[in-house]
Amino acid sequence: MITFTLNGKPTKVEAEPEMPLLWVIRDLLNMTGTKYGCGLGVCGACTVHMDGQPIRACATPVSVIAGKSVTTIEGLSKDASHPVQQAWAEHNVPQCGYCQSGQMMSAAALLASNNDPSDSDIDNYMQGNLCRCGTYPRIKAAIKTAAKFVEVK
Amino acid sequence: MFIEQLQHHDSVMHNISRRGFLKTLGIAGSGLVLGVTLPSFSPAYAAESGNGEMNLFVSIDESGEVNIICHRSEMGQGIRTSLPQVLADELQADWERVNVVQGLANASYGSQNTDGSRSVRHFYQTMREMGASARTMLEQAAAEKWGVPVEEVKAIDHKVVHQSGKSLGFGELAAAASKLTPPDVASLVFKNKQDFKYIGKGLTIVDMHDIQTGKTQFGQDVHMEGMLYASIVRAPVVGANVLSFDKDAALKTPGVADVVAMPERSFPVGFNSLPGVAVLASNTWSAQQAAKKLSIEWTQHENQSHDSGAFLATLQERVKSKGKVQRSVGDAYAELDKAENTVQASYSVPYLAHATMEPPAATAVFKDGQMEIWACTQTPQSTQNTVAQVLGLEPSQVKVNVTLLGGGFGRKSKPDFSVEAAILAKHSGKPVKVVWSRENDIQHGYYHAISAQHYQAGLNDKGQVSSWIQRSAFPSIGWTFSGNTNEPQSWELSLGFGDVPFQLPHLSCESHEATAHARIGWIRSVCNIQHAFALGSFVDEVAVAADKSTPQMWLELIGEDANIDPGQQGFEFSNYGETLERFPLDTKRLKHCLNEVIAKSGADKPTAANEAWGVSVHRSFVSYVAVAAKVKVDNNKVTVLEMHSAIDAGTVVNPDRVKSQQEGSMIFGLSIALLGEISFKEGKVQQSNYHDYQVLRMNQCPEIYTHIIDSDAVPGGVGEPGTPPVAAAVANAIYHASGKRIRDLPVKNHMQV
Repeated sequence: MITFTLNGKPTKVEAEPEMPLLWVIRDLLNMTGTKYGCGLGVCGACTVHMDGQPIRACATPVSVIAGKSVTTIEGLSKDASHPVQQAWAEHNVPQCGYCQSGQMMSAAALLASNNDPSDSDIDNYMQGNLCRCGTYPRIKAAIKTAAKFVEVK
Repeated sequence: MFIEQLQHHDSVMHNISRRGFLKTLGIAGSGLVLGVTLPSFSPAYAAESGNGEMNLFVSIDESGEVNIICHRSEMGQGIRTSLPQVLADELQADWERVNVVQGLANASYGSQNTDGSRSVRHFYQTMREMGASARTMLEQAAAEKWGVPVEEVKAIDHKVVHQSGKSLGFGELAAAASKLTPPDVASLVFKNKQDFKYIGKGLTIVDMHDIQTGKTQFGQDVHMEGMLYASIVRAPVVGANVLSFDKDAALKTPGVADVVAMPERSFPVGFNSLPGVAVLASNTWSAQQAAKKLSIEWTQHENQSHDSGAFLATLQERVKSKGKVQRSVGDAYAELDKAENTVQASYSVPYLAHATMEPPAATAVFKDGQMEIWACTQTPQSTQNTVAQVLGLEPSQVKVNVTLLGGGFGRKSKPDFSVEAAILAKHSGKPVKVVWSRENDIQHGYYHAISAQHYQAGLNDKGQVSSWIQRSAFPSIGWTFSGNTNEPQSWELSLGFGDVPFQLPHLSCESHEATAHARIGWIRSVCNIQHAFALGSFVDEVAVAADKSTPQMWLELIGEDANIDPGQQGFEFSNYGETLERFPLDTKRLKHCLNEVIAKSGADKPTAANEAWGVSVHRSFVSYVAVAAKVKVDNNKVTVLEMHSAIDAGTVVNPDRVKSQQEGSMIFGLSIALLGEISFKEGKVQQSNYHDYQVLRMNQCPEIYTHIIDSDAVPGGVGEPGTPPVAAAVANAIYHASGKRIRDLPVKNHMQV
C-alpha cells in the first residue's frame, strides 16, 4: 500500500512498487488527463508535479511518491483558472490536445520558478515536451502571456 | 482507400424528425431534424433503406439547444468546430447554444474517412444547405403561427423575428418546424459573405475546456468496468508468423489474466491485425511487463532480407535509366542531346512513421452477438467493415464510437488496432483495451514508402529549359491491399509528380518498379513528400546552373497563366478525386502564392554571410502553398530561423485553424526534412521510440508566419498542403547558406541539426 496526496486529496493505492506512477494514475485511479506518449521520459506527455517539481510519471516508480504530493492536470486549478490554462485558450494553442496536459504542467512549473522567461529559457525548459501537431510557436507565445499573471514562489 | 472518387453533388434535404432516427445516433428528444441525401443514391431515409445516404444533420430541441453531428474525426485540424460553425452561421444560431455530437460509424453519412484534406472541401456546401434549410423551416413555422406572410419574418440570433418586433425562439418553433416539409435545395437563400457571423472567423475549438482541464477522451483513455488491458508482441518481419512462445512465464506475472496467440496472417496485409501474441492483464503495466517474457520464436520469411540502405541503392540505380512513361510531350531525350547545358540530380526520402503523440488504441466489448468499439480512428466505417469481415459478423453487428484522436496523420485510418481489440474481446468475453506502446507504434506502422527520384534538364544558350525528364520509384500503397503491386500507381504519381505544373514543349515523366517489404501506408501529404522535395530541389539546382534566381526559374517553368490538364499529355491524373472543372490546376494561383511568400518574407533580400533563404511552391489537395525558409549554417550546424508560407485554399471557414494547420504541417515537414528516418535491417525496423525516431522539438522550431490568400474560390484542402514544400525550401536554403546540397533526406545524416 502506497500513500500519497493526489491533487490535494489523501490517496492510497495497492500497486507493485516499481509500477510507474503514470499507470497508477491512469489505470488504477482512472484519471486519464495525464497521457502516455513514450514510457521513457523523452516526450513529456505524462508530466505531473511532485511537491511542485515537474516529473515524468512514466519513468517514476510509484514507490518514489510515497508521502509526497502529486498534482496532475486535473488539479492544476479549479475550472481552468491557472494563468497557463487561460493563456492556452487565449492563444488557441491546442490542436489534437493530447500532449497539452504535459505541456501545461511543464509550463506551469517553468513559470513557478521563472516568471519572465526568455525565448531560450522557454526552449530549454520545454524541449522535453514533444508536440507532433506543431503547436510550439503558440506554446511559446502563451507562456509569455501567462508569465504576466504568475507569482513566483 | 485514400482517394475516393467522391464527386460533388447537389444535395436533397429531408425532414427526418418523425423517423425514429435519433435514438440510433445518440441524440434524444424531439424537434427539428434535417438530413441530407446525395442524389446519386435513392433519396430514401436511412431508417427505411439500408443504402439511403444520410450525410449530415442538425437537430433543435424544444429548449432551443442545437445539436450538430460531426461525422468526421477530430485529430487536431479543428473539424468539430469548423463544420458546425458553417451550419450554425446559415442557421442564424447562437454559437453558445450549439452542441457538437460525434457521429457513429454509419454508411448513411457517406464517406467518414477523415483524410485527404477534404472535410471542408466536401461538406462546406452541404453544411450551408442544412443550416439554410433549417432556418427556412423555422421561419415558415413562425409565419404560420402568427398567420403572416413568410416574407415578413426573419431568423436572427436564435429566434425568428416578425417585422412588428415580436419574436419566437428556435426552441419554441422546433416542434412546429419539424412537421414541415423541407424546402427544395434550389429554393434556399444563402447568406451573403458580408453577413457571415461565424464563417471566416477564428472561433475557439469546441474541445478547448476539456483539453485545458484534462477531461478529453482519446482512444487511450477509454475505461470500462472489468476491462482487461492488452499488450501485443507482433511479428517483427512482415510475413513472419508465431512459431512458439513461453505462455507460462507471461501468465505467472502478477495481474495477468490470459495469454492469447493472435491469428496467423498472410498477404495482402490490408487493414488486418498482425500475427503475434497478446497478454491480457488488469492494467497496462502488467501486460507490458509480461509481454517481455514471451520468448517468441518466429517463422522465416523472405522479407527478413530487407535492408533499407541496400534497397535504396537499388532504387537509386534504377531511376538513372528510362522508365515507364506516365506523361510525355515532345521528345525530351532528343532535346536533351541538343542542349547547351544539362543538369541532373537524384534525390531520396527514407521510410517515415507517423509517430502520433497518442499511439493507436482501441477498446472492444462483445456481448449478445454485438461488437462495440471505441477507437481513435480516422475511419469508423473501415473499422466497422474490417472488424465485421475478420470476425465473420455483419457490419450491422459492429458499432463504432469515435473518440478524439491524439494526432492521426493517416496512421489512424488503418483500423488494424481495432481488429486486434475485437478479436481479443470476442475471445475473452470481457471488455478489452489494446494499448499500443510507442515501440509498437514505431515498429509496426504503415510506413511512408522509401523512394528515389531522378531529374534531368536541358538548357539552351539563354539558360531556358528546353527539356525536362523526371523519374520516381517507390513501393506502392497498392501492395498493402493487393499483395502483388510492384510499381507506383497513377493516383500516387498524381501527388506532385505527373501533375508537375510546367508548360514545356519537351517533357517526360516516368516511373520504375519497386517491391514492398513492409506495410506501406499514407502519411500526411503522402507521395507529395518525395515529389515536392525532389522537384523543389531540382528547380533550385537548375536555377543555379542558369544563373537565375529560384523564383525566376519557377516562373519560367510554370509559364503563362493557364489551367493545366496533365491528361492531355497522357497522364492519368486523379486530381484528388475532383474534376478539373471544379478544381483546375491553375498556374496563376500557384505563381501568386510564390510571389506572395517572397513579398511577405523578404526572401529576396540580402542576408548575413552564413544565412540564406530557400523557397519552393507546390499544389496538393487542390490547394496551393509556397514556403520560404531562412537558415543559418555554422560549422556544419543548421539552424532554421524562420519559415513563411502563403496558402491559397480558396474560401476559408476558420482562419485561425487554417493558420494552426499551416504551422503544424510546416513543422511536420521540418521534422521530415531534418530528422525523419525509419530504416530496416534483416526485415526489422531499427528505431523504437522518440530517442531514435526523432521529431522536431521546441528548441529546433523556427519562427513561423502564415499568409492566407484571400479567395472566394471553392474550399480546397488545408491539413496537408503545408507539408510538401518545406523540405525543398530548407534544403535550398542550406545550399545557399553553405554550398552544401542535401539530396538525400534527412538533413541530420549530413549535418548537425
